[in-house]
Amino acid sequence: MTLLAVEQVSSYYGDLQALHQVSIEVPEGETVAIIGANGAGKSTLLGMIAGLVRARSGAVTFDGRRIDNLASHERVRLGVSLVPEGRRVFPSLTVEENLLVGSHSKRRGTWDLEAVTELFPILGQLARRSAAVLSGGEQQALAIGRALMAQPRLLLLDEVSLGLAPVVVSQLYRALPRISEAGATVLLVEQNIDRALAASDRVYCLLKGRIVLAGRPQDLTRQHITSVYFGI
Amino acid sequence: MSGPTVVMGTRASRRAAILGLASVALLATVPAWGSAGMMRFLVEVLTLLALAQMWNLLAGYAGLVSIGQQAFIGLGAYGLFVLTDLALLPAVLPVVGVGLLGAAVSLAVSPLVFRLAGGYFAIGTWVVAEVIRLVVLNTPQVGGGTGVTVQALVAMPAAERQALTYWLALMVGIGSIVVVALIMRSRLGLALSGLRDSEVAARSLGVDIFRAKLFIFLIAGVGCAVAGAVIYMQLLRIQPNAAFGIDWTARMMFVVIIGGVGRIEGPIVGVAAFFLLQQTLAELGTLYLVILGGVAIFVTLLAPGGLWGLITSRYPVALFGIQRRLLLGPARPIEATPANPGGSP
Amino acid sequence: MEWVNAVLQGALLGGVYALLATGLSLVFGVMRIVNLAQGDLTILAAFVAVSVVQLTGLGPIEALALVVPLMMGLGYVLQRGLLDHSLGRGVLPPVLVTFGLAIVIQNLLLSIYTADTRGLNAGAIETDSIRLSPEIAIGVLPLLTLIVAVAILVGLQLLLSRTGLGRALRATSDDAQTATLMGIDDRRMFAIAMAIALGTVAVAGVFLGIRTSFGPVDGPARLIFAFEAVIIGGLGSLWGTLIGGIMLGVAQGIGNQLGPAYPVLAGHLLFLLVLAFRPQGLFARRQERQS
Repeated sequence: MTLLAVEQVSSYYGDLQALHQVSIEVPEGETVAIIGANGAGKSTLLGMIAGLVRARSGAVTFDGRRIDNLASHERVRLGVSLVPEGRRVFPSLTVEENLLVGSHSKRRGTWDLEAVTELFPILGQLARRSAAVLSGGEQQALAIGRALMAQPRLLLLDEVSLGLAPVVVSQLYRALPRISEAGATVLLVEQNIDRALAASDRVYCLLKGRIVLAGRPQDLTRQHITSVYFGI
Repeated sequence: MSGPTVVMGTRASRRAAILGLASVALLATVPAWGSAGMMRFLVEVLTLLALAQMWNLLAGYAGLVSIGQQAFIGLGAYGLFVLTDLALLPAVLPVVGVGLLGAAVSLAVSPLVFRLAGGYFAIGTWVVAEVIRLVVLNTPQVGGGTGVTVQALVAMPAAERQALTYWLALMVGIGSIVVVALIMRSRLGLALSGLRDSEVAARSLGVDIFRAKLFIFLIAGVGCAVAGAVIYMQLLRIQPNAAFGIDWTARMMFVVIIGGVGRIEGPIVGVAAFFLLQQTLAELGTLYLVILGGVAIFVTLLAPGGLWGLITSRYPVALFGIQRRLLLGPARPIEATPANPGGSP
Repeated sequence: MEWVNAVLQGALLGGVYALLATGLSLVFGVMRIVNLAQGDLTILAAFVAVSVVQLTGLGPIEALALVVPLMMGLGYVLQRGLLDHSLGRGVLPPVLVTFGLAIVIQNLLLSIYTADTRGLNAGAIETDSIRLSPEIAIGVLPLLTLIVAVAILVGLQLLLSRTGLGRALRATSDDAQTATLMGIDDRRMFAIAMAIALGTVAVAGVFLGIRTSFGPVDGPARLIFAFEAVIIGGLGSLWGTLIGGIMLGVAQGIGNQLGPAYPVLAGHLLFLLVLAFRPQGLFARRQERQS
């Protein structure tokens, strides 16, 4: 069953078109990756699904319901949560308070403080610390944990690995299967092709705001991906 | 080879210059044929135009939302009294003197108020104006709470005084437009337009923002002090609560908002609208002020370009050649690749 | 002994200034708006109390039970209906809109209540006092005022630090866009912050109205006191705000001893000194004035 369908969506920054009639489908329970070079429109696409960016045309359907006219906080209530690029934790709140803010929408589900700190034990150890003093990897774990507290049916992950050491990124990616097992469908944006292929059931490649490739990782050759990735 | 060129003048701006010179010439002859009442009215119009140009320079161009400009008007008024009646200077010199006073005071208070930004800067300037008002109020040498009358001017023959006041008002009114136009045509003006778009970007271009803002604050201080002196050459009676009243600043703000913030034409259109509204609604008393406040709110929210913005959205004209427009040469494709469209929205 | 009394009276008044300052800094903290109409809204609350007292026969302190919810409702509606639309377009629109609002409120009050000054009469409590020594006495009303103010500040502190609403408000203050990704309706938070601010300010307006008579044009002075207490105490801490308010009150009390012309000026001078020598405020937790 299709959980999220983006159909023929175009989006603009001022006069610049960031997305050109983009269509993607995310089946429930799968992990889908969007890859593409810097500036391809990946974050715009996620922001548009989460409600931060307006689509000028096209439709976004979540669980059979049009959501493109809903504000971002209303989409969270339906079960769409975005872990934004750059993590954006709340610096004046403690780690625990950041997590609790995540549960503001009061959706029912399996994620609570205990489950999240079991997934990322470091968050339990730092619970009373200000989120501002965390390292980049800790902040990323907090941002993911905070989004889980909203009990998302669809978790949008924007560039989890950005600016982090490979070993830290590996730790974060190791949590993905458990997030899926708990019932979340994951749509992630990633610049690192290998990470994306390893973590996902389905891949889309964006180039200059257009989908140029779609398929299952096992059906795609490395060479093919590299050529469309850079638009060669 | 024809690359892109930057032009500032337009055909409309050259026509406007001719029209402007003609109207200045006409205004200059008013003392020869105009009535006393007409001259009084024109002094009010021209001085308010000057004040509005100064406030527009501050808020519209430099992002300095001052609600304490009445400090300089009051200083201009009291400076006029001190220099004419106490220092016994002949009539024009005091006006020059209050200009210097305005410069000195704006320099003196700038280190304090420039520590505040945005809305807090606004209240900070207001407190400074209040402090000056209270000090004047408690200085018996300048009349304390009851105020003073500029005796030397009262003693002058009325026609002579009126003509002098009118000439000065004309100079202040036209001068304010010229000063703003010159500033906006200069490198500083370019820096300020950059500042308006993005303070970070302007700073990265090497613009010394602090000095640019300080210069504007200084010019506005001088302008408001001189205009204040001319206003009180006409009123003659100076009372601290009126001279340092926030009403002056409210009036400047209203004129600029309704005319068009950040456009040199704005205050000119705004002054016309202000006096038109005053003529038609003044008998409503306090309700008139309620309407003025309401109009200011709704113009800010619904037509942030003001009347001039509404005019230019229909007819693209610029009366003063101070906007820079980019003319692209032929056959020069522009790479429209955005720097980072995938960046955070 | 007169001086001790002056300092004491000023300190007791400080609680009210802290309430005014809290209204200003709460709105600034969450929406990044400096509400230039806050002084006139404070005076409006006092006039609403005058009308409530006239209509119901309640005392002014009891009237708070009606005035505070009314002002909170007004705050909610003002934010949603007007101030929200000035956001996101730079520094200028909120300043112009709140200044325009100040002019509208002031002149509406003038046309409804005329320029006469009014007072709120709280009865015997106004003259009761507790004698600490033969020369020093504390008025019951000023003491009650300080206690109420501190109680409200404690309540706000608990609300912000212990409740879900408080967390949501602080998250919105940190980063409104990211807060919406948590399911928080940022515009609703803005309206709630304005409602709390005006409720707080209404209490201060009524207590100040019991203490001294007031007129429709006294709003700007209330705004300036609020602002001075904010800057003296430093942004970002409710307790800094309380100390800022008390210091402002003490400065005014001392100024009052010098002569009837000086209380306000003394407060201004303290503010200017702090601005000159410690612009981050005396008790700032973090620097965020340069928004």
